[in-house]
Amino acid sequence: MYAFTDEQLQLRDTVRRFMAERTSTKQTRELMESISGFDESLYRQLLAELGVGGIHVPEEYGGAGLSYEELAIVLEEMGRVLYPSPFFSSHVLATNALLLVGSPEQKAEWLPKIASGEVNATVAFYEDSNLRDLRNFQQTVQNGRFTGSKERVTDAFGANLIIVIAPDAVADRMPCFWLARCGRDADIRYEPTNSIDETRRIGEVGFYDVPVERLGDGGHTQQLYSQFIDFACVALANEMVGGAQWLLESAVEYANNRVQFGRPISSMQAIKHKCADLLLEVEFAKSAAYRAATAIAEGDSKLPEYASIAKAASNTAYMQAANDAIQIHGGIGFTWDNDTHLWYKRAKSSEVFFGTTEMHRETLMQRIDLAEGA
Amino acid sequence: MDWHEDNVRNDVRKFLEANWDPNADLLEWRNKLIDAGWGMPSWPRRWYGLDMPQALQQIVAEEFAHVGAVTVARTGIRLLAAETLLAHGNDSQRERYLRKILTGEETWCQLFSEPGSGSDLAGSTTRAELQGDEWVINGQKVWTTSAHHADFGLLLARHDWDLPKHQGLSYFILNFHQEGVVVHPLKQMNGHASFNQVFFNDAKIPRNDQVGNDGDGWQIAMTTLMHERRNAGNIFTEGRARGAFTGSIYAQADAENKILLEPYTWYPQRAGRVDLAVPRAIETGAIDDPVARQEIAKLLIMSRCAEWTALRARAAQQQGQPQGPEGSLGKLAGSNIAKQAAKVHTLIAGVDAMTAGVDGPEQGIIAEILLSVPAISIAGGTDEIQRNIISERVLGMQKEPRMDTGPFKDVRKN
Repeated sequence: MYAFTDEQLQLRDTVRRFMAERTSTKQTRELMESISGFDESLYRQLLAELGVGGIHVPEEYGGAGLSYEELAIVLEEMGRVLYPSPFFSSHVLATNALLLVGSPEQKAEWLPKIASGEVNATVAFYEDSNLRDLRNFQQTVQNGRFTGSKERVTDAFGANLIIVIAPDAVADRMPCFWLARCGRDADIRYEPTNSIDETRRIGEVGFYDVPVERLGDGGHTQQLYSQFIDFACVALANEMVGGAQWLLESAVEYANNRVQFGRPISSMQAIKHKCADLLLEVEFAKSAAYRAATAIAEGDSKLPEYASIAKAASNTAYMQAANDAIQIHGGIGFTWDNDTHLWYKRAKSSEVFFGTTEMHRETLMQRIDLAEGA
Repeated sequence: MDWHEDNVRNDVRKFLEANWDPNADLLEWRNKLIDAGWGMPSWPRRWYGLDMPQALQQIVAEEFAHVGAVTVARTGIRLLAAETLLAHGNDSQRERYLRKILTGEETWCQLFSEPGSGSDLAGSTTRAELQGDEWVINGQKVWTTSAHHADFGLLLARHDWDLPKHQGLSYFILNFHQEGVVVHPLKQMNGHASFNQVFFNDAKIPRNDQVGNDGDGWQIAMTTLMHERRNAGNIFTEGRARGAFTGSIYAQADAENKILLEPYTWYPQRAGRVDLAVPRAIETGAIDDPVARQEIAKLLIMSRCAEWTALRARAAQQQGQPQGPEGSLGKLAGSNIAKQAAKVHTLIAGVDAMTAGVDGPEQGIIAEILLSVPAISIAGGTDEIQRNIISERVLGMQKEPRMDTGPFKDVRKN
């Protein structure tokens, strides 16, 4: 539970090797300029060769039948190299929504196609009213049709399926999940949004009287929505610790090679102590991210607490890593040509995506309040 | 012998069924344990053990706890002394000292730190001179826990000032029962006096009480410190989870522990008492203050992360995976948590944080936390030394250029 199995270590090696051999920041920088933001053929190779599509989806729905722990490992390795792709949107967010909420028929229809990469899917949940409080939805679905504007939607460009989260106008205003098929009959308009993190595409999606299909039976909506968010936080936290680890390694390597005052700056306590403190933060965040992934894999009732701990811990670790890495690089770290800023930007956008550190601390307290009866 | 979990459990159980008597005499019982090898089963057969793999120790401990059996004496520095003698001592030293360490008849302390060498332990200036068949010791040690009732001390002293710093040190067993040794308590900022200063004025050590050879001192001290770090968590937690058990032997064990554990009563407060944060926040109403909530959550997150990191380190070790960085981070993590806990307790107490003793919150426990926490980032290797170790050994960063090479007599000192 606290150590990886041999198979898991092997999976990590395989994904790491794939990423090391077939991706580079040079390539990523080129993709940052493109419309889709990712290399379609490389993405196909990844899904075909490593079988990581639908890694935590049961085999009956076309997945690999592994657990959230394995998904977390894959995400950590992708986060490590900032691998740009719709994997997070399709194989984490949309897949989780289907797994958590979908009926057996809906799962059977969509999960195999998402797992194989035939369908690219994403989830649209942010809107103007809930950017600060994820529970505060205003736009509703009326008579099975949705009109509204969703923001900060990841990888919506080229998506075949968008899962919309919005309350049903006639029900109790609790957030429900809806399937919107993108196609000729649906008036769905995509507008890219400038992001500080150009390695992850976000955009605004306008829905104009689009027919939507309810995901699942509409029960336990509050609980399912909150689980969906917890699952997303845990996935993102694991992706984030991969990036934080890369920043730490890059800062240490630079400090070992950079000579000032006649000695490598890594011999100076001002530098090495910063790195030691950073290692502690990164290891803490890894422990929390791994533990929360295990909680999902095991159906642990502590998940709500652990998810907030994982997101808060990886927020602070990734941002500290990003700030320290730039500081240790000195002036060169602030230049466009040096790669550090790519991770800094991913750290910043991930920090606020699915809840800031302060929000998760408060959420943790509310979850503890409940446990302690305060 | 085939060491298997079930065999060990059976063997311990059989031994305890046949021998454990809660009304036995403490000394007699411990001697019986030592003779049977169940006092320190992971030690070598020749020296009171059974050559049992360390990993099975937990099973033995569980069986002892199950019947409430008292263990051999383990509190304080004694096991560090024993492990050091097992690794580097000669047979006559092991013969003379090991048994009485385990029976509790003799108490030990560690004479390493000096007023002029704290973090820089190898800078010891306590002088050891061989005169005939005796070593004559002059100098001063400090931060010596239990020196006021110790029988023996593990002493690091300098026998050669012309050699470089680390090479001129030797390691000795010092008998406290002599005129040349004077012990003064050292009062701390929190009012306790758990430590001592020890002065040597021509203190004598017989030649056979040198451990190892001239110049081996630093290497042997490293063995002692390695065991100290390994045991850091349980040095003052005698394995006696005995709940409702009764018997006359417990009175003897309690009397012993009252003396041995006295220096450690404030240690939980030194670590910040994270356990008190939420209950006190609820009791005082601070739980409704958004600022306090943020800081409490921060503390709980750190504390959970530290716990999980330690579990990861242990799990990796058990599976025989190479030790990752998580193992060496505990000490620094503990310091950070204690500081955050002190901040939280201050926020919760508000103006009451200025009150102490019977006038303070929790009968002075909160004040004791606030006045004890500074020690945790110093004792057993300062945070700064921990960061050096982590950055050099885990992250592979370069060492600081040294200013203390060449003959030690020429090195700049305090």
